[in-house]
Amino acid sequence: MAEDVLKSGNLPENPERATLEGRNKFMGFWFFLGGETVLFASLFGTYLALRNSNAEGPASEDIFGLGLVFIMTVLLLTSSLTSVYAMYHMKNNDFKKMQLWLGITVVLGLAFLGMEIYEFYHYVHGYEFGYTTSAFSSAFYTLVGFHGGHVAFGLLWIVSLMIRNAKRGLNLYNTPKFYIASLYWHFIDVVWVFIFTVVYLLGKVG
Amino acid sequence: MSTTANQKAGIGSVLWDYLTTVDHKKIAILYLIGGMFFFLVGGLQAMLIRIQLVVPENEFLSAQFYNEVLTMHGTTMIFLAAMPLLFALMNAVLPLQIGARDVAFPFVNALGFWLFFFGGIFLNISWFTGGAPDAGWTAYAPLSVFSEGHGVDYYAIGLQISGFGTLMAGINFLVTVINMRAPGMTYMRMPLFTWTSFIASVLILFAFPALTVGLFLLTFDRLFGANFFNPDMGGNAIIWEHLFWIFGHPEVYILILPAFGVFSEVIPAFAKKRLFGYSSMVFATILIAFLGFMVWAHHMFTVGLGPIANSIFAVATMAIAVPTGIKIFNWLFTLWGGQIRMTSPMVFALGFIPTFTVGGMTGVMLASAAADFQYHDSYFVVAHFHYVIVGGVVLGIFAGLIYWWPKMFGTFLNEKLNHWFFWLFFIGFHLTFFLQHFLGLMGMPRRYWTFLEGQNLDLFNLISTIGAFFMAIGTLVFLFNVVKTQLKGEKVSGDPWDARTLEWSIPSPPPFYNFKQEPLVRGLDPLWIEKMQGNGKIQPAEPLGDIHMPNRSLTPFMISLGLFIAGFGIMYQGGMWVLAGIGFATTFGSMLYRSLKDDIGYHVHKEELEEEGDGSNG
Amino acid sequence: MADHTNSVENTDKHEFYKKKHREQMKHQVVTFVMMIAFTLIAFGLVIAEVSAMFTIPIILVLAAVQVLFQLYYFMHMNEEGHQWPAVMIYSGIFAAVLTILALTTITWW
Repeated sequence: MAEDVLKSGNLPENPERATLEGRNKFMGFWFFLGGETVLFASLFGTYLALRNSNAEGPASEDIFGLGLVFIMTVLLLTSSLTSVYAMYHMKNNDFKKMQLWLGITVVLGLAFLGMEIYEFYHYVHGYEFGYTTSAFSSAFYTLVGFHGGHVAFGLLWIVSLMIRNAKRGLNLYNTPKFYIASLYWHFIDVVWVFIFTVVYLLGKVG
Repeated sequence: MSTTANQKAGIGSVLWDYLTTVDHKKIAILYLIGGMFFFLVGGLQAMLIRIQLVVPENEFLSAQFYNEVLTMHGTTMIFLAAMPLLFALMNAVLPLQIGARDVAFPFVNALGFWLFFFGGIFLNISWFTGGAPDAGWTAYAPLSVFSEGHGVDYYAIGLQISGFGTLMAGINFLVTVINMRAPGMTYMRMPLFTWTSFIASVLILFAFPALTVGLFLLTFDRLFGANFFNPDMGGNAIIWEHLFWIFGHPEVYILILPAFGVFSEVIPAFAKKRLFGYSSMVFATILIAFLGFMVWAHHMFTVGLGPIANSIFAVATMAIAVPTGIKIFNWLFTLWGGQIRMTSPMVFALGFIPTFTVGGMTGVMLASAAADFQYHDSYFVVAHFHYVIVGGVVLGIFAGLIYWWPKMFGTFLNEKLNHWFFWLFFIGFHLTFFLQHFLGLMGMPRRYWTFLEGQNLDLFNLISTIGAFFMAIGTLVFLFNVVKTQLKGEKVSGDPWDARTLEWSIPSPPPFYNFKQEPLVRGLDPLWIEKMQGNGKIQPAEPLGDIHMPNRSLTPFMISLGLFIAGFGIMYQGGMWVLAGIGFATTFGSMLYRSLKDDIGYHVHKEELEEEGDGSNG
Repeated sequence: MADHTNSVENTDKHEFYKKKHREQMKHQVVTFVMMIAFTLIAFGLVIAEVSAMFTIPIILVLAAVQVLFQLYYFMHMNEEGHQWPAVMIYSGIFAAVLTILALTTITWW
């Protein structure tokens, strides 16, 4: 009985919500994202309150380079689309293609994360813009760093799901797990849309 | 798996049972023990405060120690006593009230408890490592940033850990209510306690993240040299106040709404009438929650936000009196014409209504921004919030505990001792806090270590301390009652109060699967409907079949233990970084284990169920 | 779950779902293209140094629309069974807006 959920093949429409456990996960995770909205709003609010408090350290116009940020944005937006593709294949019960698209998502996410680390390194060493330089620098690194931490966590999550299920394909037990991991990934993208707008673009406009 | 295996168990196996349990009824007992322990600790701190203030210029406590005791009294009572005790009630009865066999996330539920537990222990270890937090329970920056020693670090990290637990508990209850209701249990048939817990969980979901961020910023400022609240480096201390109260004001409603729910269960049960104005009660609850998010700045009237902001927040605050008033009148109209039984939960409810009304009225006084400049940071405020928190939340918790005690433990607390408890506590409460309104109006500032002679403050402070002793004795009577009742262990039926809602339709304490067959709900107060129109038993909605149950797990304990250990590493740094490594490895390793290992639960088979009783309250 | 009996009906259903999913995927790709376009416009406005009075509201609106795209298309909030997620996301946005408003306007110093 209980083991039925581990059988692969013959999935219903919306397999992620076919079991009670799946529906609970789906609902609970959406609510968690509602809470995360407030978490990031608090960080954004703090950043906005302090964004001009650079205390003789570098200001936002001095350091931000839009070229890099644009590439990062495209990478993350694309990874959002690739995870949509992964879910598309999950719903068609095509495990191999789902794994492929998740793999592409992970590669794009890693590239994003690598560029973000490069960016921070560049600020610290090129502009002497460290975490303790000013209230602005603390707020900047905390907000963007929290997002980066979410990206890193999401990558670890997706990779561990891919490895765990590599040999057994899709079933009613793991489809909800894949689904909410992809919701998390989209949410990371949602936050980034506001980061590139509010932090980088407004930082250049002044 | 077998239900017959739990006959005579040794201490070791009981301990293991509770360490690994995912049963909401056992988690309720864990929350109850944890919450009561911290309630007694916080009460002891309150007694120290009152003894220090019994005479002017007292030297009973040093000024520094007084600051620590005062800070920890507030922090403990709010985060480590009131919240877990309410979670104890929610865990014990909310799934039963909606006819569910379990909560939506049994594993997460256990995780929530252990995070709270380890957060609370972490916070209190500060007493033994060079001083507890001393910046007030609100920990206003910049005082909290520049406070010496590690006290405030313990505050920030301890609350962070227990805050994660609260958030998880909140999400768990939300999904439980939405997905796990029995057939026929529509939203507008849910008992008021379920409704208020549901709305309180919504508030938890949106309020706690602001605290999470505030505590992170405080931690980063103190431990990693960030500059959020440091004006020299461009920081701004008002950010802390905003984040703290964006969390802190909804928190007040997180506490009071479930207490309202308890009274909305107790009053109809002992007035033998259905709740007056059920739908307006639901509406008022939602309205309070909605408005509760838009009033936080009334804690900050004297900061200097300007007349426009102050006016907006003043009006919004006063508006909350309207839905609250609706509730008060609904309770009164429920009582009106009812066949009132003066049981102890009912006496608590009757004591609550006028007490809370006084607290509400001083609330409206404080809400008028211009007048608040006089009241601010005086004992008037102390009196006000103790009237709402003790007069509302604490009375609600005890009413609920006594009311649901038979359901949780299958035993019945001695009614006579309960009445003694009530009267000692109630009289003591008013003695302690009523006069503090006037102490405040006479100019006594809150949080001060001592006061001077010859300012007409002596007598009222003395009376206030005497009142505190009455409350302490009352609490001891309750504890004595608990010990006595549990030692005697006399079993009661499933429905000792002749009550109205679904939780009373099953045995006390309920079997681990709660409902043998899913109940069919035919209206509001389902058990009462069956008593009036049926045979007094809830009709099943399904034939007897296998029941799916979750597996027990030690992982929640390990995840929480890891964060607890990591906290020390982050705080002491240097060589202690090793602890952070070990702690986070434990936490993330346990999370990975949870993620990778299939956990599909097990089934209780129909044949086993048939051997047991009919699953009713009989 | 196991419908071995009606395998013909099952394949029909399967084909129907597959087609439906393909339709949805087309919408997703269109959404993605628009999101990239919005991003280009936003960056373009800032790089071209168009007046701040004009740029700031435009890029904020573009960000908001992008987020709605993400929520409704990529995260499927337009599908059925998403009433409660929508309630909680919008409540979260409500609390978020209040928080940001307070921290940007009445953080007095």
